[in-house]
Amino acid sequence: MKLHESQGGTHPQGQIGFSRVAICGGTHGNELSGVYLVREMQKAERKAKERGNDMEVITVLSNPRAVQRGLRYIDTDLNRCFTHAMLSGSNTNDAPYEIIRSRELNALLGPKGSRDAVDLVCDLHNTTANMGLCLISYSDSDWLCLHVFRHLQRQMPDVPTRFIHFNATNKESYSLDSVGKHGFALEAGPQPHGVMRSNIYTTMKMGVEHVLDWVCLFNSGFVFEGGSVDVYTVVRNIDYPRDRDTHNITAAVHPQLQDRDFCLLYPEDPLFLTLSGETLRYKGKEPLYPFFINECAYYEKGIAVSLARKRRVAIPAIRVQTEQEQQAKKDECTSEEEEE
Amino acid sequence: VAARLDEARRVAIFGGTHGNEMSGVMLVNLWVQNNTEVQRKGVEVQPFITNPKAVEKCTRYVDTDLNRAFTPENLSTLGGGDLPYEVRRAQEINRMFGPKGSPEAYDVIFDLHNTTSNMGCTLLLESSKDHFNLQMMNYIQKSIFPASCLVLLNEHPLLKYSTSRSVAKHPVGLEVGPQPQGVLRSNIFESMRDILKHALDFIELFNAGMEFPPCTVEVFRLSERIDYPRDDNGNIIAMVHPNLQDCDWEPLNPGDPMFQTFDGKTIHYQGSGTVYPTFINEAAYYEKQQAFATTRRESLVASAIRKA
Repeated sequence: MKLHESQGGTHPQGQIGFSRVAICGGTHGNELSGVYLVREMQKAERKAKERGNDMEVITVLSNPRAVQRGLRYIDTDLNRCFTHAMLSGSNTNDAPYEIIRSRELNALLGPKGSRDAVDLVCDLHNTTANMGLCLISYSDSDWLCLHVFRHLQRQMPDVPTRFIHFNATNKESYSLDSVGKHGFALEAGPQPHGVMRSNIYTTMKMGVEHVLDWVCLFNSGFVFEGGSVDVYTVVRNIDYPRDRDTHNITAAVHPQLQDRDFCLLYPEDPLFLTLSGETLRYKGKEPLYPFFINECAYYEKGIAVSLARKRRVAIPAIRVQTEQEQQAKKDECTSEEEEE
Repeated sequence: VAARLDEARRVAIFGGTHGNEMSGVMLVNLWVQNNTEVQRKGVEVQPFITNPKAVEKCTRYVDTDLNRAFTPENLSTLGGGDLPYEVRRAQEINRMFGPKGSPEAYDVIFDLHNTTSNMGCTLLLESSKDHFNLQMMNYIQKSIFPASCLVLLNEHPLLKYSTSRSVAKHPVGLEVGPQPQGVLRSNIFESMRDILKHALDFIELFNAGMEFPPCTVEVFRLSERIDYPRDDNGNIIAMVHPNLQDCDWEPLNPGDPMFQTFDGKTIHYQGSGTVYPTFINEAAYYEKQQAFATTRRESLVASAIRKA
């Protein structure tokens, strides 16, 4: 959903309401906050339906086999299996488990790109990096994600909360959250994989509650004022130094960088400390913000640290479409069809 | 009068007993390529990756936990290719570095581990009567001061288990945390490296004839395993309480918060006295039904020792 051209104006834009919201946990089976939160929400399903406003909350355990075995995935990373190419095509006998599963999830929550897709997918993740709470999105202009993010920041002032934008203009979206009309990942850390830290669980639980509260408020006609938020847009990744023959890593993230996610990294700042005690430094020309510093699952993806630029993004005032606006929209569409 | 002990000539350093505990994997790989750092006069030091298949997959184990596999039954059983990978591996390690309990066994084995618990540097002791090990641990503690390194003693008749290091006459476990599985943290790696340096120095000095006078070593003796509260289906229904999380080695008193349910209620510790918890929220112990272990503080006296 694109923003109206007159951004930041005082007249709030009418947007379609949200009737179906999906909360997904266990997309990676060893990221436990989402696993246990979805389980608890499923136990309390009656309470979820009491939210009213005719909003349906769908809770999903995305990768049950990986959850059962306490692994990130069985055959392949589920959160890379949602491109259109991977979702179409038929299930063969030797198809990876996660491909079969991504198609099931697409049938349940999508189909991706269609009118039947859920309005919002909120996918829960943990990271071993010291990132606090992050909302991760493919877009820096999806008004929903930006408003939800601002709401989280205001409601959880004690939790460092940041918005990460993966610029996907050149690449097709591949993650679970791209199946819904809107979607984002909620990432909480630091937490080792396979471990449940109570403070991280509480953060995730509060985050999801505030997301659902926002959607309810929006559906009820509340006007959200415009404003601006900080957005971190990913620029590049840096891999570990590796042995040419074995491909094994030959250095660790430097102690001065470790745990310093979102602290500005300047040219010549330490990046890695080799096993023989040598410091390797950041050779870029531009100071950038590091994050996903030493994320366990990214060793195999060749990422020691991701780097981002930060900028201020304006968000418009918004509110849900009134019934007249909805009717006018329908009349518009019908008359367009008649003209064709 | 000093106890006369055999010199400790054959020493092994085990890494990758759990394939995703990265400090030991990196250190042993480094020393297999270049052993300069671990060479000592009068000592043969062999760095060795115990579970290469698990290391390659960056997983704790392939079929079964190698660090529980060195039971007398496993070490003597026949079955060849049908046996779980780690049982075959245990038999091979027992042939190379044992046999366990025999005069041919290695003198010392250091087994390198990481934990997701906030345990700092911990030395794992299997017998309160191993004066050689007690003296070594005392030497390490004095050498790294003001940095600290605590000693965990597991001599519990039921809770003790058959470790890979138990093949040696003097088994020494090194546990350093907190570090997530599959992650290499520089500070954790360097701490482990430093402890091993002092441990090898001790052995060199001992073999050269130095006498170590009697000393007192404070140890934490393993007492009890505490599981997570679970429902009738075995699912966990509460988490380690925020007040207990990361408080390894700090006193836990009766009535102190212990677990927090998913809807925020506190479950309190109901023991009869003060204990010192450790291995709090270790990832690998969820499947072993352990949220943390309790220990009791004790002072052990190590007699003077000298090479025979």
